[in-house]
Amino acid sequence: MSSWLDYTINGLIVGNVYALVAVGLALIFGVSRLINFAQGSIYLVGAYIGWVAVVQLHTPLPLTILVVAVAAALVGLIIERFGLRPLQNSVRIAPLLATIGISFVLDQLVMLTFSPNPRALPSQLPDVRFQVGNGTIGPLDLLIAGVGITSALLLFVFLRYSKLGWAVRATAQDRDAAMQMGVDVNRVNQAVFGIAAALGGVSGMLVGMYYNQIDTAMSLQATLKGVVAEVVGGAGNVPGAVIGSLLLGLVESYGVAVFGTSYRNLFAFLLLVVVLVLRPNGLFASARQAPPEPLTGTFIAPSRPVRIPRWALLVAAGGFAILPLFPVSFYVLQTLINAWLLGMLALSLTLVAGTIGQVSLGHAALLAIGAYTSALLSLTLSVPVGLAIIGGGLMSAALGTLLISPSFRLRGHYVSIATLAIGEIVSLVILNWESVTRGPIGISGIPPLSLFGYDLISPTSIYWFSLAVMVVLALLQARLLGSHLGRSFRAIRDDDIAARAYGLSLNRYKSLAFIFGGFAAGVSGGIAAHLYSYINHETFNTQQSILALTVVILGGLGNVVGAIVGSVALVGLPEVFRLAAEYRILIYGIVLLLLVRFRPQGLLGTI
Amino acid sequence: MAEQLDPMLSLRGLTRRFGGLTAVDVIDLDLAKGELISIIGPNGAGKTTLFNLVTGLDRPDAGAVSFEGQDITGLSPERLAAEGIARTFQLGRVFGNLSVMDNVLIGAHTRLRAVKPAVPVIGPLLEMGLALLRPASVRAEEERLREEVKAILARFGERLLPRIDQPAYSLSYANRRRVEIARALALKPRLLLLDEPTAGMNPTETAEMQGLVAELKVEGLTILLIEHKLEMVMRLSDRVIVMDEGRKIAEGPGEAVRNDPKVIEAYLGHGLTTEQESAA
Ligand SMILES: Nc1ncnc2c1ncn2[C@@H]1O[C@H](COP(=O)(O)OP(=O)(O)OP(=O)(O)O)[C@@H](O)[C@H]1O
Ligand SMILES: [Mg+2]
Repeated sequence: MSSWLDYTINGLIVGNVYALVAVGLALIFGVSRLINFAQGSIYLVGAYIGWVAVVQLHTPLPLTILVVAVAAALVGLIIERFGLRPLQNSVRIAPLLATIGISFVLDQLVMLTFSPNPRALPSQLPDVRFQVGNGTIGPLDLLIAGVGITSALLLFVFLRYSKLGWAVRATAQDRDAAMQMGVDVNRVNQAVFGIAAALGGVSGMLVGMYYNQIDTAMSLQATLKGVVAEVVGGAGNVPGAVIGSLLLGLVESYGVAVFGTSYRNLFAFLLLVVVLVLRPNGLFASARQAPPEPLTGTFIAPSRPVRIPRWALLVAAGGFAILPLFPVSFYVLQTLINAWLLGMLALSLTLVAGTIGQVSLGHAALLAIGAYTSALLSLTLSVPVGLAIIGGGLMSAALGTLLISPSFRLRGHYVSIATLAIGEIVSLVILNWESVTRGPIGISGIPPLSLFGYDLISPTSIYWFSLAVMVVLALLQARLLGSHLGRSFRAIRDDDIAARAYGLSLNRYKSLAFIFGGFAAGVSGGIAAHLYSYINHETFNTQQSILALTVVILGGLGNVVGAIVGSVALVGLPEVFRLAAEYRILIYGIVLLLLVRFRPQGLLGTI
Repeated sequence: MAEQLDPMLSLRGLTRRFGGLTAVDVIDLDLAKGELISIIGPNGAGKTTLFNLVTGLDRPDAGAVSFEGQDITGLSPERLAAEGIARTFQLGRVFGNLSVMDNVLIGAHTRLRAVKPAVPVIGPLLEMGLALLRPASVRAEEERLREEVKAILARFGERLLPRIDQPAYSLSYANRRRVEIARALALKPRLLLLDEPTAGMNPTETAEMQGLVAELKVEGLTILLIEHKLEMVMRLSDRVIVMDEGRKIAEGPGEAVRNDPKVIEAYLGHGLTTEQESAA
């Protein structure tokens, strides 16, 4: 690749691929006001079905495309029927969580079936390139363009001229009115999920062929890119999604041309954040539109929290405190240390997602900020470890709040997208800012935990230290929830419009929640850094964010005790059952799905 | 039109369009201190939109709002709440997972002083620190407000007091409407906007609500009331304003407005609801 024309062609082709994902997202958002976080997983499934067809069954190209489209559509229909339809009348947070859970389950199933190692996906097309001006174009480029244009035409004809297409448009315009006119909304949802999945699956296969490589990390990337394109074009706007996708492809391609490949994703996410902040309704929305989120209905499942008597909590805390005095194995202590660290993260997330209702999907970034800060403070500035960890907490609180603050105006799903993107930005900055973070090499030789000059090396002392820190953070949080801030946060979650009408500034209170929560997460990351002695940009990843979210839902959103119980349960139970590591994430995803469906208020109830 | 020297609230040429539809069309209005004005009109007349413009939840496309002589057009709802403007919502917007007590305490949020020192920049951090430390002044303020909430709830007889610790989602519809009004009163408003406070209430409950609004009026509160139940409107209002398709089509004392042919036509044109028929 050399000429600008090449970069333009590449941008348009990649944009075309994004468009196949984004159009599906836009259709789904249009009819059900839902951002389908599982779209990337269908794309992944499409890529692997394509691999099976090409490499094992040796199907010819047209048949491969057909097989992938049909199989992916089936997956989409199953998701709609069993994952989402049962949630139609539940709280607003439920479908959002369900698509996240489905996405994790699908990705893990693919990984378990095909192993996480990358595979080659040959394109079956002749490897020639034609000269166009001073650039070149290959048959695969033409195929992708052809598939893109053909699908757009088919979709246009479907939406414009078929009865079902009319129903889809009517539902997108006004769901209630459509239902009153006798439109079968379930059939509309089915159609939309089927089409979206077919497009997504084919797109995954084409990308696999384009790079001649597929692997399980594609899923999250595709979801993110599709969502970026869709939001840039205006959520629910199908032609907007196509234009947003092409724009995204070009921005990335030119960005790569100027700055290099490792910056590709950074541009995508920066574009997203800029659009979310400046034009949350997309580039093509009229300036003042009613917000796309429904304004009424509860966000979290109403419930009466289980009241645990104070003495029981004291007994439990005391029991865990004296545990190391008994002959327990190193392995048990190690497991519980992990639970306490996860507990701090869960405390943070239960405040942010549960108490004030900002479902963050990038919470691991707060761990990373805390970990890097603490590690670098102690390594390069020789700050004592105890202080360095507090420094990590403060940095997470400050930087995390600063990064998320442009998104304070957003609601519901948009917050999740923004936090997901910010999480990715943080890890990309860590990867690329080599002079400070040492880039891909990571930081090694981080000094061990120590307090007042004494090294905490024995598992028992580490156990006590992390338990004590977690308990202090939990007590502080409980005290915060009992103050006027607790009710203010919860009021904002339940109804931000009514909250504003009574003088609650969203910026002020969301900032305070993120500052408090950021501190706890940063401290957890800081302790982890000194415990692991080595960290890099992948130590704290999206899987941890999702694990924390599952913990929080399990314990009950906003529930301080629940966050800790959930952590112990989700860290401990797989150990008790000796589950192999690769099955754990699958189990977490399934647990999340079952909770959302059958016990949305969690074990101890939402607060 | 009754001309006051110093109206508490005055609207001039207030206009709001949604696409091709003009929901509020060049509305003028003056509300004097202690006055109660009712706004009536068929469904979709633009009454709620007008409330949204006054309380900052929506911005006008043209026109101005002034309150106590200050121009407040386009100010944020947070600011307006601090100025002493409180409202209830037509569809009910209680905080479902908060207890009755907490719902009403949110109403008093703008009156918190001890826990919210007015210090620039670090004010929010001080607020969090004080919330965690809870010195005596903060505890005393919270205690005083809780007593006040109980006094406000007592105005609703035994409707809310026994349920003070229950979450709002568990209340009956009528009780949720009462909680909204209690929340508005906790702000100690200078101007109270009530959007159909009796919607969905039976005649007994409506009569109770009417009694409460009458009391508030006697206490000197300035009130803007949207209401479909004409009997209540006639009894309570100093003046009535009739809106239709965004425009003000009549204004004056209740009886005069009721017999205005334009008003009758507006209602007939849109079809009377049974509720309005029985009241009329
Ligand atoms: N956010 C919005 N976007 C588009 N149109 C709106 C919006 N809000 C209100 N409208 C329209 O403006 C008009 C006035 O609505 P409004 O709710 O103010 O009427 P209303 O007089 O309060 O009626 P009701 O008695 O039914 O409460 C209606 O036609 C409504 O559909
Ligand atoms: Mg109304």
